[in-house]
Order: sequence, then C-alpha cells, then structure tokens
Amino acid sequence: MLKSLKIAVMTVALSVAGFSANAATLDDVQARGELNCVVTTGLAGFAAPDENGRWDGFDVEFCRAVAAAVLGDSEKVKFVPSTGKTRFTLLNSGEGDILFRNTTETMSRDADLKLTFLPINYYDGQGFLIRKAMGINSASELDGASVCIQTGTTTELNLADYFRANGMSYEPVNIETNEEGIANYSGNRCDLYTTDASGLASTRAALDDPSAHVILPEIISKEPLGGAVRHGDDQWADIGKWVVNAIINAEELGVSSANVGELCAAAGNNPSINRLCGTEGDAGSWIGLDSNWAVRVIEQVGNYGEIFERHIGPNTPLALERGLNAQWTDGGILYAAPIR
Amino acid sequence: MEQSAYKPGEHPNLPPPSNTVGPIAWVRANLISSPTNIVLTVLSIWFLYEIIPATLEWAFMDAAFTGESRDECRAKAGGACWAFIGERFNLFTYGFYPADERWRIDLAFVLLCVALLPVLWDRCPFRKYGLYFACAFPFISGWLLLGGFGLMPVDTDEFGGFMLTLVIGVTGITFSLPIGIILALGRQSDMPIVRVFSIWFIEFFRGVPLITLLFVASTMLNYFLPTGTTFDLLLRVLIMVTLFASAYMAEVIRGGLQALPRGQYEAADSMGLKYWTSMRLIILPQALKISIPGIVNTFIGLYKDTTLVIIIGLLDPLGVGRSSLADTKWTGLSNEMYLFVAIFFFISCFGMSRYSLYLEKKLATGYER
Repeated sequence: MLKSLKIAVMTVALSVAGFSANAATLDDVQARGELNCVVTTGLAGFAAPDENGRWDGFDVEFCRAVAAAVLGDSEKVKFVPSTGKTRFTLLNSGEGDILFRNTTETMSRDADLKLTFLPINYYDGQGFLIRKAMGINSASELDGASVCIQTGTTTELNLADYFRANGMSYEPVNIETNEEGIANYSGNRCDLYTTDASGLASTRAALDDPSAHVILPEIISKEPLGGAVRHGDDQWADIGKWVVNAIINAEELGVSSANVGELCAAAGNNPSINRLCGTEGDAGSWIGLDSNWAVRVIEQVGNYGEIFERHIGPNTPLALERGLNAQWTDGGILYAAPIR
Repeated sequence: MEQSAYKPGEHPNLPPPSNTVGPIAWVRANLISSPTNIVLTVLSIWFLYEIIPATLEWAFMDAAFTGESRDECRAKAGGACWAFIGERFNLFTYGFYPADERWRIDLAFVLLCVALLPVLWDRCPFRKYGLYFACAFPFISGWLLLGGFGLMPVDTDEFGGFMLTLVIGVTGITFSLPIGIILALGRQSDMPIVRVFSIWFIEFFRGVPLITLLFVASTMLNYFLPTGTTFDLLLRVLIMVTLFASAYMAEVIRGGLQALPRGQYEAADSMGLKYWTSMRLIILPQALKISIPGIVNTFIGLYKDTTLVIIIGLLDPLGVGRSSLADTKWTGLSNEMYLFVAIFFFISCFGMSRYSLYLEKKLATGYER
C-alpha cells in the first residue's frame, strides 16, 4: 500500500511541482526569519534531538550553517523531520527550504524529481552487517539471505542490482527507519542489515555485543550524500552550494571556529582566506548576502573537520575515519571549488 | 429431625455446601474441570513461569535507573536501561515545547481534567457551571498552548510527545462525535442532496487509508493552495483526523439508529414532534446508548491512529522515541522505549474502555438478559 501510495503522491507531486516552485526562497526565508530544513526523523550522528529537544548532528550542522549565512543566527532553523518517502515531497511542496538528510545524489533525483543537489558533504557506500556466527566472509556467499532494507531509498535499489548482477536471490524484510532496522536485525528477523557504511557503523555500535557482528568488506555502491534544494531558484541553490563549499574550503585553508575571528579581522597575506572572510573581493554579493556570510558560518558552526569530529569522527560512538572524506590534500576526495 | 424445628417461612439461609465455595472449589471449577482444561492450565502456568520472572528480572531487578548513557547503564546492569526514559521524559511529554513555557501544558492538562469531570460524571457538584467551563475549555487550552494575548506564541511544529497525542486525540474525539451524528442522520434523511452528500462523504473517508489523508494534508495541499499561503500543518492533520473519525462514527451511530424499532419513530411523529425535537428527545438518546461500545471503539482507534502522524514528520511519543534512539548515547534501547509508550497508550485506552462499561451499566434500562 505504501509503495503505491508513494508512487501516486510522487506522480502528482511531480506533475505540479513546476507551478509551486517559488522563485525567491531567500526573500521568503528572510521575511520568515526562520529556515525550514528537512532532516531525518533520527539517524545516529547525522540528525537527532537531544534531551532538551534541540536537534544536533552532522546534517543538522549544515542546516545551521545555511541559517547562519542567510539569517545571521545558526539557531534560527525549524527542523522538518521526514521519512525516506516524504523527504522530496516536503521539499518540492515548499514545506522545506533546503534538505540535508543523508540523501544520495542520483541522476533521477536530480533531473526527474526536479532537485538541485548541493556539493557532496559525505562520501558513503553501501555495505552489509552480518553476525559473525554465520561464518560468512564475503558478500558473494549471501545467496538466499534475508535482508533488512529501508524502503524508498537508493540502498533498496542497489541491493536488488547487486544480487541480480551476481545471480543470487534474497528475501527483503522491509523497514522504514534505521532504528527499526536495528530492532529487526538484533531480533534475528533478518540475516543481514544493509545500509550506508556510516549507518552500519552506528548500528553495530548500538548492538548489545558489537564484537559478535562484522561489516563485510564489500562496498556495493557509491553513495555521495549531499544537501538539495528544489528546482526553480538558482540563487537559493547557489547559496546552499557555497555555504557547503565555504565549510570545506575553510578546513583546507586552516580556518576554524577558533581562529576565524583573528584571521578575518583584517585582510591578511593569504588571498584565499581573505576572499573567504570577505575582506577581499565581493563574494557575498554574488549570492545575495553580505560580505561576512562565511565568517558567520565558520564562527557559529565550524569548518568541515570540526563538524566531522564533533558528530561522527573517531572520538564519537560512530568512530568513522575520514577516509574518502579527507581533504584532497590529505588523500581524500573532498575538493571544493574555490571562492573567487 | 432437626429441620422440623423451624416454623414454616422461618428457615434460616444455610451456608452453601463446602465443596462449592472457597479456593479449592474455584480451582476445581475453573482450572481442572476437564482434561482439556487441565492441559490448558498446565500450559498457562508453564508459560507464565517462563515469562514473568524473566520480565521482572529485566524490568526491575537487573535494570539500571540512573546513568548518562547506554554504556553506563550496561556497566551497571544487564537489563533494562530506564535512565534513557528518565532523561528523555520531558521530551516524551512536552515534545519540543520551549522549556520555560511548559507550565502552560501542565495547566492545560489540569484544566482538561477539570473540564472532563462534569461531562463524564453526572453527579458532579456544580455540574451546570462545569459544563459551561467544558464548552469554554477548547478556547482556553488553545490560547494556553498556542500563546498570544500576553503569552509567548509557540508554533505548532514545537508540539510533540504525549502532549501532541492528547491534542490530536481529544480534538478528534470531541469533534468527530457531533459531526458523526449529523452525518448519520444525513444518511437517513429524506432530502436527496443531504443524503447523497452524506453517503459520499462517509464512503470517501472510509474508503481511503488515514495515512493517505495525512499525506495529502502534509504535502499535497500546498500544491493546490495559492503560492505563499501557509496553513498550519497540525491544523490540517486535526481536520483530516476528525473527518476520518467522523465517517466511522457516522456508521456506528447509523447502526444504533437502525436498531431502534420503527415504532419509536412513528410514536415520535404521532406525538406531533418536529424532526429535531423527536431526534433530540426520543431517537438519539436510545440510538446513542446502543452505540456506546462502537463509539468508544472508534475513539480508541482514533487515539491509537495518532501515532501515524510520524509519517508526515510530526513527532508523537513514538516519533520522539524513535528519534531519541538515534542519539548516539542511547541507540539500541528500543525495548525500553516501546514498552514505555505502550504503557502510556494502554492506560489511556483502558481508561476509555472502563468508562464505556460504566456508562453502559448506568444507562442500562432493561434490554439485557
């Protein structure tokens, strides 16, 4: 039922999306004084409310960064929690201004669902979590396994592709959220849990005996995760794009929340830093903001490295390594376009 | 003979035979009356023996009640980690409501109890004034929860947790009953337009799943409204839930109306009563009384259906629980969370069901065997 519902809603949503796209999202957001940011209903490390109801996490920080740039205050965000099925509809219907919801950029979402993707902020890939006791060491031995899989996601499609390409069969156990996935997997209702490797790390950490479970070495897909906005407002898309780029560039240039005040107080010797700080050139005005936009972002939220360390880095329960998500200068593939 | 010592009519009540009273007789009659019964009894005892000690062990004996994270809980005890619920209790209760303003929810809840008392209990002192207050309550609570007029305004997207369940549940229950009555009468009306409208309304809302309606409310409506108009999400949800419940309510009440003998309608007509008077004085009191179990059934169903709002991103207790589990400090404690939410729903629903039994007993006027 949910599936046909989703298709029906998507179809109607898409057919009328063009009419409702509001051209001046920036004006709307500034008039409202609040950024509506679509996030997940909860994914460890990426977005979850704390005990006081304040949202926090890797994705959430990017929402806050956009709010800092556009409204001057990273707290002026209204979070719109969404499931995998509702996220794009919420964005396209105008309920949300921007989406940071560990969403994989794909061609169909970009073109067919009429989204504009922002630069990738996390490079992920889909993996498998399995009990050690099953004695399986490679994904190629998984024929006939039952798999817990979130519906409405790219992981669902990747799984089908992978098993088909390798001539194996599987039995899907459909779930809605990551939390349900943990419950089903730990309750032995499926042999395997599959989702993005970042999610598997947190899932494994949440199990009663993490050492009894193993993440298989195969990564079966590319999952470039990034924010998105709806089609029809290029200026708004540019703002999202350059906020993300500023966060990544800041790390590369060594600008952090600790030293941004000092580095940006006056124009220094490094022109790249000056352009980021707005002390040289006029980058802010190109996207309809003032010259301090990036300073506010870094002051209030931090650079990419800081955000990563705070929520998903080695010192957090998720304990993810930088890996692909290191700067290109450190052997990763984070390579943000320069601000100039 | 001893018995003959009593005069006719003065024979005292003798105690029942000793093998028909007392615990042993009860066990004989209820637990071991037949071979099937014996087998079932043994199986049940074995089942309880397997379940109860383990559950108690998990929930109380081996549970951790304090701690800052799941790891701290696990270090203390292997069972349940209630510290999680403790830390998140405010979030479960008030959702994202601003901390300084939570007294308003408490006050609204107390006023809800005060308003319900005269409605539910007909021997309540000062019932007349209580009923006036109950009529004013929706406006008072709306003001308290939303703010304005001197109170800090709070957006409805900050509603969540049990408070959200109560808002949706109480609003849906309050409005679906009158709308349901109107629809049920409309469906039986002689006026074709009213009848056709009622039938279409009922069949449409009964024929569409609530999730679909919520989905339409949350996302589709924006496509049809002029650009820039915003229309509060919670209000849209309240309207959809109310209309959905009304359609079910209408059919339950129609059942009650049809159970009345034709003579009741004819008697009302022959008294010369107008339509509304006859409905109010003769038909509806009887029809509603017959429908009580069905009405309460619909209420309970509606109340539990409020958990579906998570689909559209409103965080009811279940939603709050799920997103709390995504906090890296507490991941993996789903048993505690689901049990806690289940207890809340059980208390509410069991309360409603007991009240309906009380009402049925009170209103029973002689049909039961």
